[in-house]
Amino acid sequence: MSDNSQISVERWNNLSVSVAIMVVVLFVLFAVTPMFVSEAAVDKLTILFIYVVLAVMWNALAGYGGMISAGQQAFFGLGAYLTIRFSEWGIEPYVALVISALLAGLSALVISGIVLRLRAGEFAIGMWVIAECVRLLVNLDPIIQGDTGRSLIALSALDPIERRELTYWISLGSMGLSLGVTFILLRSQLGSSIQAIRDSEEAAASVGVRVAATKRILFVIAAAGCALAGGLWLATFTTFQPRSFFGIQWSAYMIFMVLVGGIGRFEGPVLGAVIFFLIERWLGGTGVWYLIALGLVALIFSLFLPKGIWGYIEDRFHILLLPVGYRIRAPIVTSGESAHPGESSHNAQVF
Amino acid sequence: MSFLTSIVQGGLLGGYYAIVACGLSFMFGVMKIINLAHGVLTILAAFALWAIADKLEYDPFLALIVVLPAMGGLGWLLQRAILERSARSGELVPILSTFGLAIVLENTLFEQFGADTRSLAPYVGSLSYDSVDLGAGVRIGKLAILTFVVAVLLLGGLQLFLIYTHLGRAIRATAEDPETVELVGVNSRSVNAIAAAIALVTVGLAGLFLGLRTSFDPYAGSMQLIFAFEAAVIGGAGSLWGTLAGGIVLGIAQTLGAHLHPQGFLLAGHGAFLLVLMGRLYVSGPHFLFFRRAKLG
Repeated sequence: MSDNSQISVERWNNLSVSVAIMVVVLFVLFAVTPMFVSEAAVDKLTILFIYVVLAVMWNALAGYGGMISAGQQAFFGLGAYLTIRFSEWGIEPYVALVISALLAGLSALVISGIVLRLRAGEFAIGMWVIAECVRLLVNLDPIIQGDTGRSLIALSALDPIERRELTYWISLGSMGLSLGVTFILLRSQLGSSIQAIRDSEEAAASVGVRVAATKRILFVIAAAGCALAGGLWLATFTTFQPRSFFGIQWSAYMIFMVLVGGIGRFEGPVLGAVIFFLIERWLGGTGVWYLIALGLVALIFSLFLPKGIWGYIEDRFHILLLPVGYRIRAPIVTSGESAHPGESSHNAQVF
Repeated sequence: MSFLTSIVQGGLLGGYYAIVACGLSFMFGVMKIINLAHGVLTILAAFALWAIADKLEYDPFLALIVVLPAMGGLGWLLQRAILERSARSGELVPILSTFGLAIVLENTLFEQFGADTRSLAPYVGSLSYDSVDLGAGVRIGKLAILTFVVAVLLLGGLQLFLIYTHLGRAIRATAEDPETVELVGVNSRSVNAIAAAIALVTVGLAGLFLGLRTSFDPYAGSMQLIFAFEAAVIGGAGSLWGTLAGGIVLGIAQTLGAHLHPQGFLLAGHGAFLLVLMGRLYVSGPHFLFFRRAKLG
């Protein structure tokens, strides 16, 4: 056998280090973008960042925790509603937005006691019921005025240009936060548990992974992230209408982005969000045909390319841009000592 | 509306929920798949019945002769083209594929029929508003009674079919263990396709009673899916008679909720569902899986 010292465990390589540097540069460029582009472009980028947050959060839930939710709009809507509620009580809207996201995370901790016992499809529809409950409860608040909704009035006190840029930067920061948190989480020791659960919940439990606790952490993070996205969406469009914020279309969008981009891959949801954003720019005006196309593409991907575009690229070309796992690198064995010389020359990927 | 009337009407409403939950529960029982397009398929059947009643002026009950076999065929196709393939990629993929299908179907219905709400009630004479006086101030609709009777016949018939026919036994055996039944000469792929066809025939029936009971539009499917799911969970899904019990509990909770508050109908239904779920989790401990436990039939 070959000498053990020649086998190394790799967490970064030259490619991924340069990609990580490029990501940081990209964020710096995004941060100064509002000074150079039109107001409409700033709004569009804000929307893109919110989509990335949603996709990354839904991927954390479904791709890593194995929890496919048809009800994340519960937290998206709750984040927006609480932001209005707190700003009506006189709290600065952007502060209200952050408090709302944290409170939504707290509510997810309570809800998790019930829904995390459900599996697969049961969880998906169970979350949908939760979203409906939250919508109905929010409707009971007189300031919402039923389906008429309510505007985030406190925002109009701010200068429109300042407001636009502030929302843009907070969205950019939220995107960075959601990516950073998942990246660090996945590379931590908990990350190994999470990825073990993704591959098989039963097998993970059998080797001592605390499945329930790990899933709960993901569930709470995803809820807070979706609530943050909801608050930002409200800050962008200013009017809260329960039917649109708690609408099932948000789940459809999240599923589309993650499924097309690559479920259970770190880079997948980002790619999916960009694709979704572009498709919406081109086809969003066609209304119902656009939705039919989204559903059809999701259906086709689930049947023929369940790992998504990024999953396909990764498997095909062995590219890891931002590795969240471990790569075991062994030297090529040329002598006949090894039983399977060919195999040991590959990079074994341990996610 | 008196308190007593609410309870009786709620209980009868449970008949409709049992019909709409029956297919969802049955499909899960056999194939371990929860079909997220279940609600939209109910609306599809209702639109098919409406189109036949409206354009050809046939009675919706007569239109069932065409629509039920068509739904059965659609079920067979659904299993062969989508469910079977996505189930091979793991238990999560069918959720995604049926969700995608639901989006496609409901928006296609919208494209075809527009946002107007429709109803089958105008095509059946006075059936939808005739009522019977039970005394003590309780009046109940003839349609509600008919729905309940059909629910009992459907569940009873399905149970007898599963117990006494060769095909019924093959379905139960496939639900137990699809690999082993192959050893005794059962083609589990065909059995699953037939089970999906049966499930969608019951969906066709649910479409009829939905359309007779209330008005519907292309996006009404998600509520039907949620009601079906709640009735199935409350009753302990997999068990056919449990589905009826679950439907009755859901119906009574909703009508009583509506009695208390204008928005109470839906909230009380969801509340009953969550209470039952919590109660059952509390009783059964952390590893409770409500669908897994249940045996078919």
